[in-house]
Amino acid sequence: MVHDLEKMQDLAQKVRIHVLDMVNYAQSSHIGASYSIVEILVTLYSNILKINPKDPDNSNRDKFILSKAHASCALYAILAESNFFPLETLKKYYVDGGVLPGHLDKESASGIEHSMGSLGHGLPFGVGLSYANKIDHNPGQIYVLVGDGECNEGSIWESAMFAGHHKLNNLTVIVDYNKIQSFGRVDEVMSLEPFGEKWTSFNWDVHEIDGHDFEQLITVLELKSTKPKVIIAHTIKGKGVSFMENKLEWHYKSPNPEQYDEALKELENKK
Amino acid sequence: MRSAFVNTLKELARKDERIFLVTADMGFSVFESFREEFPDRFLNTGIAEQNTVGIAAGLAMSGKIVYVYSIIPFITMRCFEQIRLDLAYNNANVKLVGVGAGFTYGSMGSSHHAIEDISIMRSIPNMTVFCPGDPFETEELIKRSYELPGPVYIRLGKNGEPVIHKNRNKIEIGKPISITEGNDLILITTSNTLELAKSWVDEWGTEGINVNLVSLPTIKPVDQLEIRKLIDRDIPIITLEEHSIIGGLGSTISEIIAESGKGVKFKRMGINDMFSHYVGGADFQRKKLNILQKPEKSWFLK
Repeated sequence: MVHDLEKMQDLAQKVRIHVLDMVNYAQSSHIGASYSIVEILVTLYSNILKINPKDPDNSNRDKFILSKAHASCALYAILAESNFFPLETLKKYYVDGGVLPGHLDKESASGIEHSMGSLGHGLPFGVGLSYANKIDHNPGQIYVLVGDGECNEGSIWESAMFAGHHKLNNLTVIVDYNKIQSFGRVDEVMSLEPFGEKWTSFNWDVHEIDGHDFEQLITVLELKSTKPKVIIAHTIKGKGVSFMENKLEWHYKSPNPEQYDEALKELENKK
Repeated sequence: MRSAFVNTLKELARKDERIFLVTADMGFSVFESFREEFPDRFLNTGIAEQNTVGIAAGLAMSGKIVYVYSIIPFITMRCFEQIRLDLAYNNANVKLVGVGAGFTYGSMGSSHHAIEDISIMRSIPNMTVFCPGDPFETEELIKRSYELPGPVYIRLGKNGEPVIHKNRNKIEIGKPISITEGNDLILITTSNTLELAKSWVDEWGTEGINVNLVSLPTIKPVDQLEIRKLIDRDIPIITLEEHSIIGGLGSTISEIIAESGKGVKFKRMGINDMFSHYVGGADFQRKKLNILQKPEKSWFLK
């Protein structure tokens, strides 16, 4: 399969500009956490997920769960670009009288599989979907994207143990390992290392890649396994806008007018 | 109540293959027959209630009607946010079945006492709360829970309670049920104190005191008009529950009385705002804490 990397690159930049516009317009948070997952979402929505915006409830569809739901605006942007709802709807993010809330509400728009916002909920839910598909012989694959800080939550490891025990090989977890959590660097707040070994010991297939590299993402996402699969995606918080990259403050801040212009300029130059 | 639950669930599962039973490693000598008959529709998630409830939500979103079983504190409080978000916010078709109402596990200690569950569960939007008081109410309400799409919490006692209902009329969600008629007192109870309430009413009956015993096995929703009819009778009302007096049956009825604008003589009987540090079974706990003791008739007789 030949993948059009240039198109994917182009889509990633569109998503980043949408996110910038949404966060700027709503003056909301979490732009850094949204930017670290853009290539992951673009790869899933343009190459991997068997989904159809015209038939979003098809019972055999693949399902994607954004467990780190604070990165919702990146998901909204890729869903709009994938024709689940009009691009216009992105203007209705987070604001009074809006449509799309800061965290996910499946009633708000098409393509959202689960309402959530508190961390550590998406993986148990995804495990339930995987288990149901196993016993129903449903070919649908389940993908769950979790944050690195989110892996502090005990429920992640309850699910990891269950999925390993039941050999849920229709389940793929992608960890957005951007190394920064709410109030500090992951290695200072609560080190996850040896991270890969943890998952291996829970009987998962473990892959570590550059989470901004489309070819690596496609390769590991397409691999078959007899076990559940975790992709530890090394990413950069705020990726794409140099002054936001690897900065804790962009978990919270929204750009001022000068920062907005500077960010937009940098993103547009990459197109 | 536990046998009534399992038997009714098996009956439903024979008719509807969407029925699915999930347990967080509880159910020894309870679920073996279900597991044998429906091996593909039984899942032991291990002792991990947060994961259990999340998985149940995923199963429900895949078309299953999921019953999750454990001891009350573990299936309501250990995983409360999963209940609030994964079940209630998502309106998932999951029924939480908790065993051990009140001091059912009296000697086990306060970790196993279920005294706040009604209060917290009834405050969650989308959640329906059933508290059957005998095997008949259990059977009926398990059936109602199956018919009702969306999350339901079902509070069970233990096993071997007597059947209190003489006429086995269909139980409707939200409706109070008169067990005995009388004009001296209205005694409203829910869950595992139905047997206790009935014993008091029978004793008073021998003294010529006639009490309207009302079972209210649905705490949420409650048919407000039916409760208003009781208030309008203008005779004393006592609520009886083996649950904190904060947030349970007593609170539910008080709220309706308060908004009715009627002044009616009223008393909440339940567990005061405290943990028990006594060692002993349910009756012993009640005595030591001086709660759920038969009220003096002088309180309600004119």
